[in-house]
Amino acid sequence: MKTIASLGLGLLMTSALTAAQADDVKIGMITTLSGGGSHLGVDVRDGFMLAIEQSGRDDIEVLIQDDANRPDLARSLSDEFMQRDNVDILTGIIWSNLAMAVVPAAVRQGTFYISPNAGPSALAGRQCHENYFNVAWQNDNLHEAMGAYMKEEGFERPILMAPNYPAGTDALAGFKHRYEGEVVDEIYTQMGQTDYAAEIAQIRASDADSLFFFLPGGMGISFMKQYENSGVELPLFGAAFSFDEIIIQAVGSAAIGTMNTSQWAYDLDNDANRAFVDSFREAYDRTPTLYASQGFDSANLILSALEKAHPSDQDAFREALREADFASVRGKFRFGDNHHPIQDVYVREVVEGENGQPTNRLVGLAIEDIQDVYAVDCQM
Amino acid sequence: MHDVTATLFLEQLLNGLQLGTMLFLMASGLTLVFGVMGLINLAHGSFYMVGAYATASVTAATGSFLVGLSAGIVAAAAVGALVELLVIRRLYHRPHLDQVLATFALILIFSEGTRWLFGSSPLWLSPPEMLTGFVTLPGGARYPLYRLVIIAVGVLVAIGLYLLISRTRLGMRIRAGESDREMIGALGVNIARLYTLIFAMGAALAGLAGAMVGALQSVQVGMGEPVLILAFVVIVIGGIGSIKGALFGAILVGVVDTMGRVFLPGFFRHFMSPAEAAGVGSAVAAMLVYILMALILAFKPKGLFAAHG
Repeated sequence: MKTIASLGLGLLMTSALTAAQADDVKIGMITTLSGGGSHLGVDVRDGFMLAIEQSGRDDIEVLIQDDANRPDLARSLSDEFMQRDNVDILTGIIWSNLAMAVVPAAVRQGTFYISPNAGPSALAGRQCHENYFNVAWQNDNLHEAMGAYMKEEGFERPILMAPNYPAGTDALAGFKHRYEGEVVDEIYTQMGQTDYAAEIAQIRASDADSLFFFLPGGMGISFMKQYENSGVELPLFGAAFSFDEIIIQAVGSAAIGTMNTSQWAYDLDNDANRAFVDSFREAYDRTPTLYASQGFDSANLILSALEKAHPSDQDAFREALREADFASVRGKFRFGDNHHPIQDVYVREVVEGENGQPTNRLVGLAIEDIQDVYAVDCQM
Repeated sequence: MHDVTATLFLEQLLNGLQLGTMLFLMASGLTLVFGVMGLINLAHGSFYMVGAYATASVTAATGSFLVGLSAGIVAAAAVGALVELLVIRRLYHRPHLDQVLATFALILIFSEGTRWLFGSSPLWLSPPEMLTGFVTLPGGARYPLYRLVIIAVGVLVAIGLYLLISRTRLGMRIRAGESDREMIGALGVNIARLYTLIFAMGAALAGLAGAMVGALQSVQVGMGEPVLILAFVVIVIGGIGSIKGALFGAILVGVVDTMGRVFLPGFFRHFMSPAEAAGVGSAVAAMLVYILMALILAFKPKGLFAAHG
C-alpha cells in the first residue's frame, strides 16, 4: 500500500522536475476514496496500481484523485486532469451518477475513458461513444443473470427489493427482464436506509418463496444482519454488489447460505486469476473484491493497447483497445459493438471460510456470454 | 387476511416504537444542549458513531457485548466532555451560524479521524448471543428479541431522565438553566461544570443509541448523520428544550415513518400500477415526517411542548 502511494508520489514529483517525455502516457484516475462506499474505490485503485506495477513500465504516470462520491467534484477533477495535466486516458469512477457527469463531456473532448465499474444504461445505448470502453459490465448484467438463474432453479414467487434511485430501479428491471415470470411484490427502500424492520415484516406477510435484493454498501450489511434475527427464512439472492468480501465479513454468519451473481470470483480457475489473487493478497494482505479485479483488468486492457499504439494516435489506440488483447482474470473477455463486455456471469454462494469468516465460493455458471440489451441503440 | 393485517400492524407498531425510542436517545441529548446552553450541535451524530465504534472494537477484543456497550457509553461521554472543554465552550456566546460551522467542522474531523483509525471498511458488531432469536407475538408473528430489548432500554432511559430532572438537584439546575441562564450563574452554580456534565450526558445517550443500533446495522463512518437529521426533526416537532417533547416527538416520528413506509405503497396501489405505486409510495413515505413537521409547525410554531412558554 505504502509502496504504491510513494510510487505514485515519486512519479508525480519526477514529472514536475523533468519535462515529461513526449511519448509518456498520463492516466487520470478519479475514484471514491472517502465517504460512504469508499472500499469500492480503494479496491479499484489497488487492483489498477498492482497491474501497472507488475508491468514494470516507467513511462506511465497515474494521477489519482478522490471524488468523495460527489458528481460536482468529479466533474471539476476531470476538467483539471484534461486541461492542466493533459491526461491521455481517464478512468476510476465508481458510481453511475458521477460517470454521467464526467464521461460524455470527457470523451467528446477526445480523451479516452476506461470504466472500471459504473455502467449506466445511457452510455451503453444512445449515448455510447467510440472513446468510451467499459471493462466491468453494463449495470443490468449481474441482476439479469440472477433473474435467469432463479428462473432455472424453479423459484416461482420471488419478492424484489431495491433502493428508490436509478440503479435500484434498473436492478429490478434487469432482474425481471430475464426472470420473465410473475413477482410477488416490489419493495423500494430509501437511499442510505439503515433500518429494515418494516420491510422485513412486509416480506414475512407476503407468500413469496425467495427474496432478490440489491442493497449496495452499508445498506446490505444492515439488512442482512436484521434479516437473520427476524425469523423469516426465505432464501436470499442478489448481485455481487451486496456480497463483496468486505460486506460479508461485516455481516458475519447472517450472510452464510446466500447466493449472488458475479462476472468474477477469486476462486475462478485460470492462470491469470490465480496470479492476480496471490499477488493482490501479498501486496495488500486481503482478498480482492470484484472491484479490485475490475481495476486490475482495466489497467491490463490499457497496457495491452499501449503495446500496440500511443493514445495520441487515437484510431490505432482505439482499435487496440477494441481487440481486448489481454489475459483477463475472468477468463474469456471480449467487447460488444458498444464497447461493453460480452461475458459469462457466475453464481457464488457465501460459505464459512477456513478462518470461520464468511467468504464467497464459486458454484457455477449463471448465464453464458451475456450482452446488455442497450447495445442495439448504440450508433457508433 | 384480516389476521395477517392485524399482526402486520402490531409488528409495525413495535418497529415504530423501537425507532422512536432510539430517536429519543439521540434527541434528548440534543434538546438538552440546545435548551440549556442555547447551542446547536451538529456533531451530536459523531458521538453516536463513537459509541458504536468503541462498542464494536471492545466487544471484538473482550468477547462481551455488555463490556463493549459500557465502553461505548463511557467513550462517547469522555469524547463529549473533551469536545465541550476544547471547542464547544468557546461557542456559547457566538451566533448560531458560527456554532453550525464549528460543529460541522467537528463532523468532518470525527469522520476522517475514525477512518484514519479504523479504515473505511465497516466494522462487525452483533447482538449478544442471549438476545438473538425472536419472541412470538399474539397473532403468531415472530418479533426479534433484541428489538424488544431496545424498546425496554429506551423506556428505562426515559423514566431515568424524568426522575433525574424532576427529583434531583442536578435536575433542578438543568431546569433553572433552561429558564434563565444568567440567573443560576449569579446564584453561585458552577455553570461551566454544569454545561460539561450536560454535554457529556447527551453524548453518552447518543453513544448508547449508536452502540445498540450498531449491532443491528453497519458500524461505519458517517452512520450518525442520517439519524441526526431525524433527531432534529424530532426536537423541532416536540419543542426545542423539552425532554417530554423529545419523547413524544420521537415516538410520533418513529411510528409515522415506519407506518408510512409499509402502508403508503399499498394505498397508492388502489389507483395506479404496482410498480408505480411502489415508487410513488416510497417517495412520499420518505417525505412523510417532513410533511408532519410542517403541519405541526403550521399550528404550533414552537412545537408540541415548547419549553419557553
